[in-house]
Order: sequence, then C-alpha cells, then structure tokens
Amino acid sequence: MIRQARIVLLVAAIAAGTGTLAAQTLTSGLRGATPLNDEGPASPMTPTRNTSEREMRNYPEQPPVIPHSIDGYQIDLNSNKCLTCHARARTGESQAPMVSITHFMDRDGQFLASISPRRFFCTECHVPQNVTNPPVSNDFVDVDTMLSRAAPGGRR
Amino acid sequence: MSVLEKEGARPTFWRRAWTFLLELWDVLTRPSSVFGLGVLVLAGFAAGVIFWGAFNTALELTNTEKFCTSCHEMHDNVFQELRSTIHFTNRSGVRATCPDCHVPHNWTDKIARKMQASKEVWGHLFGFIDTREKFVDKRLELALHEWARFKANDSLECRNCHSAQSMDITKQSPRAAVAHERFLFSSEKTCIDCHKGVAHRLPDMRGVPGWQ
Repeated sequence: MIRQARIVLLVAAIAAGTGTLAAQTLTSGLRGATPLNDEGPASPMTPTRNTSEREMRNYPEQPPVIPHSIDGYQIDLNSNKCLTCHARARTGESQAPMVSITHFMDRDGQFLASISPRRFFCTECHVPQNVTNPPVSNDFVDVDTMLSRAAPGGRR
Repeated sequence: MSVLEKEGARPTFWRRAWTFLLELWDVLTRPSSVFGLGVLVLAGFAAGVIFWGAFNTALELTNTEKFCTSCHEMHDNVFQELRSTIHFTNRSGVRATCPDCHVPHNWTDKIARKMQASKEVWGHLFGFIDTREKFVDKRLELALHEWARFKANDSLECRNCHSAQSMDITKQSPRAAVAHERFLFSSEKTCIDCHKGVAHRLPDMRGVPGWQ
C-alpha cells in the first residue's frame, strides 16, 4: 500500500516537474530569447579598443591583452607581424613592450636567442579587446582587494 | 595583260613583295604631285591622333584587373589573397585594382614597367609559376622585386592615393599617429618599409630586414 502510494507520488512529481520545464522559456543572457534549436540574429560587431594604452592585468599571471587593432596581421609559418614591433631587436624603433623573457624559454627551461616555437602564435593567449557591454556580469575581485578586505591597511 | 601572264612563269611571292616595297619607297621619297601640302599635313595629323588613341587604348586594356586576372597564376593566387584585405573590401567601398599598385601612373615609367612585364608573359607561356607549389617556392623572389621597386620610387604607387600632405594623424589611432609622425613625415622610412603584406599574404620572411 505504501509502496503504491510512493509510486503515485513519484509519477505526480515527475509530471509536475516536466510541466514546469515545458512551460519555462529557456533563456540565457548570451542567447537572448532565441530557442535552443534556432539560430538567433547575429549581434552587431563592435569596434576594437584601439587606445594603445596598456591595460591593467587582473592577476599577475594574466597574459596582457592587446590594446590595439590587429586586423589583417599575419601570424603563420611564414611570418609574424607582431614581432616586427615586439621582438627584442625591434623595440627601439617601435617603442613597443618587448615580448616577455619567459617566451624565449623552451620546454626544457633553456633560453633561446629569440621566441621559442611554442610561444610563436601570439593570439593563442593575447587578444585584442572590444568596446562593448559584457553580456554576462562578472564579480571577479583581484587579490589586492581581497587581502585589504581581510585586513584593511594590513600586510600583504 | 593576259599576254603578259602567259609570257613566263609568275614571279615568286618574295620577288613580288620586294618589287612592291621598292615602288612604295619610290612613291614615299618623291614629292606628292596630287595632294596639297596642307591636305597631307592634316591627314598625317589625323592619322597620328587615331594611331595614338588606338595605342593608348590597347595599353590601358592591359592595365585592368580583368586583364591581370585572366591568367590563372594571378587569379588563383594573388587575387584571391587581395579579396580579404582592406584594399579590396572596406567601409567606403573605394578599392585598389592590380595596376593601381603594380604599374606606375606616370607615362614614361608605365612604358618602362610594361616592357619589364614582357618577362612575365614569357614566364606565363613557359609555366614558371603555373602550379601553387611553384608559386609558393618563387613567392619570396617575386615579393623582393616588388619591395625593391617600391623602395626605389619612395612608395610612389602608395602615395598616388595616400598622400602624406592630406594625412590627418589626429584621426588615426595613437599608435599609427606616432609612427607616421616619427618615420613618414621625417622621410626616414617609406611606406613599404613597415607596410609589407597589406594586400597579399607574405612569403617566408626569414632574412628580410625587420622580420624574424
């Protein structure tokens, strides 16, 4: 008797659950109101932030973002447009920041004369930024803020 | 007439041509006894205008993108690469065609370049770069020729559209403004020194100054 009542309750719960799921419109901040099985309208493209001013890193290990447009820059087996300014020998003329010394190191920890092949493709980590409102919010707090919250004015 | 023909064998074609040329020379070197001097001068002038027009029209026909891309070497390699660059597609719809960058606009220089280009016809006929692999192998050499030409004429073909006088660097990004002020306005560098690969993909750049 109890067993039967349990089954009835379970069936009722599942029915209620599917009912609410079906009634809900599945939306998310990124997709908008477009159903999952449809392709929504493409959002307009936004301009690249092109100020050439260095942007703060959110944490020390963050690959610095590119503060300028890189449209049409060729980075492939033949050539690397980024390195025509950011290579060590080019920074005098270009006044661009030099590629970090860590990029000269191969996987055995040996420093090479120039960029290690495994660090050659800049845009794997460094990306330009677009001027846009973030579609999803972010409550990231950097480490300095976190530490001063714990002990205001204290040692870090 | 018929008597003459029957008299002997008809002279050979070369013999007849030679006789015709001699007679023509005779006519050309003698003063005209039929046409007045004015008529001759005017007719000569008109013929000259027509000849010159025809010559220039034919020359300009070879100076079009349609003509350039009628060879598959150009159409399948460099033209396809151009299509994705800012010199083919951009916000205002103004675009550069092949001869805008690769043929000088000044007449004397244009003729000189056209004469050089006869080697490219030779290359087409004998298939110097008739496959993708051959083109890729030869690409650095071809690019070096163009860079040398741009360097020698102070990037004249760039400056036909991009004049330093009309360049408002306050409208440029800070990075571009600084670079143009420092290197372009001071004539320290010319366009091609920094702007290699703006219209086509680059070859293997190892050994090219400024590249790694």
